Amino acid sequence: MEAVRAQRGKVLVVDDDSSLSEMLTIVLRSEGFESRVCPTGDRAMAAVREFRPDVVLLDLMLPGKDGVDVCREIRAESGVPIIMLTAKSDTVDIVVGLESGADDYVIKPFKPKELVARLRARMRKFEDAPPESLVLGDLAIDVAGHVVERDGERLSLTPLEFDLLVCLARKPWQVFTREVLLEQVWGYRHAADTRLVNVHVQRLRSKVERDPENPQIVLTVRGVGYKAGGAAGTG
Amino acid sequence: MALDTQSPLSQPPQVTPEPSGAPEPGGGSSRAATLLVRLLRTLAAPALDLAWLWRRSIQARVVIGTLTLSTALALLAGWVLMNRVTDGLLDSKRQSALTLAAAGAETAQAKLTAAPEVGNVLDLGTVVPELTHALSPSDSARDDYGIVIIGPSDPFRPDDDEGVVTSGQASPNRASIPADLLAKVQSTAGSWWAYSTIQYDDEEAGNQPGLVVGSQLQVPGTGQTYALFYVFSLEEQLETLYVVRSALITTGAVLVVLLGTIAWLVTRQVVTPVRLARRIAERLASGRLEERMRVRGEDDIARLGVSFNQMAASLQRQISQLQELARVQRRFVADVSHELRTPLTTVRMAADLLHDARGAFDPATARSAELLQAELDRFEALLGDLLEISRFDAGAATLTLTDVDLRDVARRVCDGAAGLAARRGARLAVDVPSTRCMVEVDVRRIERIVRNLVVNAIEYGEGSDVTVRVAAGADAVALSVRDRGVGLKTGEDVMVFNRFWRADPARARTRGGTGLGLSIAVEDTTLHGGRLDAWGRPGLGALFRLTLPRRAGGTLEESPLPLAPRGQEALVSSGSAAWRMPPGRELDR
Repeated sequence: MEAVRAQRGKVLVVDDDSSLSEMLTIVLRSEGFESRVCPTGDRAMAAVREFRPDVVLLDLMLPGKDGVDVCREIRAESGVPIIMLTAKSDTVDIVVGLESGADDYVIKPFKPKELVARLRARMRKFEDAPPESLVLGDLAIDVAGHVVERDGERLSLTPLEFDLLVCLARKPWQVFTREVLLEQVWGYRHAADTRLVNVHVQRLRSKVERDPENPQIVLTVRGVGYKAGGAAGTG
Repeated sequence: MALDTQSPLSQPPQVTPEPSGAPEPGGGSSRAATLLVRLLRTLAAPALDLAWLWRRSIQARVVIGTLTLSTALALLAGWVLMNRVTDGLLDSKRQSALTLAAAGAETAQAKLTAAPEVGNVLDLGTVVPELTHALSPSDSARDDYGIVIIGPSDPFRPDDDEGVVTSGQASPNRASIPADLLAKVQSTAGSWWAYSTIQYDDEEAGNQPGLVVGSQLQVPGTGQTYALFYVFSLEEQLETLYVVRSALITTGAVLVVLLGTIAWLVTRQVVTPVRLARRIAERLASGRLEERMRVRGEDDIARLGVSFNQMAASLQRQISQLQELARVQRRFVADVSHELRTPLTTVRMAADLLHDARGAFDPATARSAELLQAELDRFEALLGDLLEISRFDAGAATLTLTDVDLRDVARRVCDGAAGLAARRGARLAVDVPSTRCMVEVDVRRIERIVRNLVVNAIEYGEGSDVTVRVAAGADAVALSVRDRGVGLKTGEDVMVFNRFWRADPARARTRGGTGLGLSIAVEDTTLHGGRLDAWGRPGLGALFRLTLPRRAGGTLEESPLPLAPRGQEALVSSGSAAWRMPPGRELDR
């Protein structure tokens, strides 16, 4: 907690509602974050480049460029954690947002503490972990260095996808239920939002699997959850 | 079992012999019965097929009917025609035969009268053969007939042997002449005729149908008579009749087949558009609203097509209108959602900030901040529930299906509700089987249902024990939540699923909740094809049971859990309609 405070995590708020933006700024400041507001989607990308936030809070309904488009745009350039703020709780809307690259979502109206918990979970800096390297199938994972390589070639994963992969790869003998993954990767407790896990497993597969239709790295255990596949071991 | 089969051989009979053979005759007879049934079914299959065709196809009915009627008609017409032709042929033959025979008899009588006398007696021995020869048809003559002369017969000496002279191309013998005709001719003057079977001396000629015309010849002076018979063969007429008959049969058969074909073609003209209309109607029913019938001409079928298309167009218009309405409604819900939620978020955050800082306020302001916070919670819950309900009403609710273990859901919900239970002084018990209770559902919705039931049970259980049970059957899984609180009064078990219904309006306000929880639970359950039922008695508590099909889209036959607690008179109701009650669990008021 102290470490986070000292670092003053930077949050970019992309929202067109000025009252909400201001309120968010107040809350974030009181929680020790540094924040900046971007009122339109068109300027969001420029703000990300300039401000270099640790987390982006992105409203899905924006005038001008839509939140989903902004999300894709940011994701094409950066792995910065994105948390969607959405008033639409329909599965379709949420899945579209997640598929466009958001790491997590918060449905309006939310409690400030809930939002802050999500922010902290996404911002978790990797404690100076001892150097650890994992092998999963033909993937080499350098946990401390945040690098995944296949045949010497670097795969570009977002921090969340990396966390998900490491979580599975650390215990390849274990089948993870979606609830356990939610708790370990997203920091949720007592939540059963499987959409979050499903979408991100699909995104992870599209990056690490040679054939995403026939996954070898992240296997589905029907009726239970997911587990790491392939010959794996810790080093 | 293995020991028992050995026992009769290896062990003394202190072990009562197992009736191991007993089931076999039963099995045998039942096997025979099944065989018999199968045989009967095989035999009955074509008949059943035909009956099926008769029931299902107008065309088959018309064609079969036409064939039956036209066959009957052809048979009747053939019979009449045959009779007329036969009569006509025989009549003309008889006329010519009688004429010929009369002329012959006259000639013969003349010859006989003019016969020379030998002594006092006519030389019959010479005359008769001559006579025969003279009467016989010439080689060129068309008429083929034979002559049989029998006689002379003497009325005074009837026992005398009679001489028989026959003539003709194949001489018919005497057996050809029917006895009663002979008697008639011998006894009475004149000419007589009869049908007969002609027999020839020549064995190879065989028997032929024939016409025999007989006349009496009188020997002058003696009183003796000869019987002169013309024997006409009817073979030719018979052959003609055969030809006519085969022609009639052929014509009749062709006519029947033609009529059947015509009936088939004509009904096809009518039935084809009807079948087409049926197919189009089926497609329309399955949602392909743009399907239309092709209309040609202006006949009745075309008019049917026009009306049908008008109906389809009107249906399509109305359905698209409704869809448009639903779309607008959904859009409205989404807009309201966004428009309400964004300011509410700001208010919420502001209230939270005030709430956190209330220690620094004066008591009245601090209490206001608390009230604001608490009411915002209710407001949020109410807004959420209202939006959820309107989503159901708009038909916009969709399922995200995954396989889950209902036991995990029960445990998770109970863990989450443990805090509330502790505050209310209720003991929360989970009773689950040791085997997995997998079910294909939308976890978020199912958890919401279960949470709602558990929280309700704790709220209304008045500190009593709350038991959550889970059970799995072959096609369904069930979860029931039982409390031992105030229970439900008669009729309340139905109303409990109504929107904004509260058991006790006076106490409701302290209980919180939106009044929409169970309505949403029913909608969620229905969306899964499941059932939500309630049982309750005043003072005995209430039981809510959720039953879900194991696979999405499956049908429910029976719930694996009983609705009424053991030993309780059933007072059963349900939030969803039409439930096939397990036997012995009737609705009882």
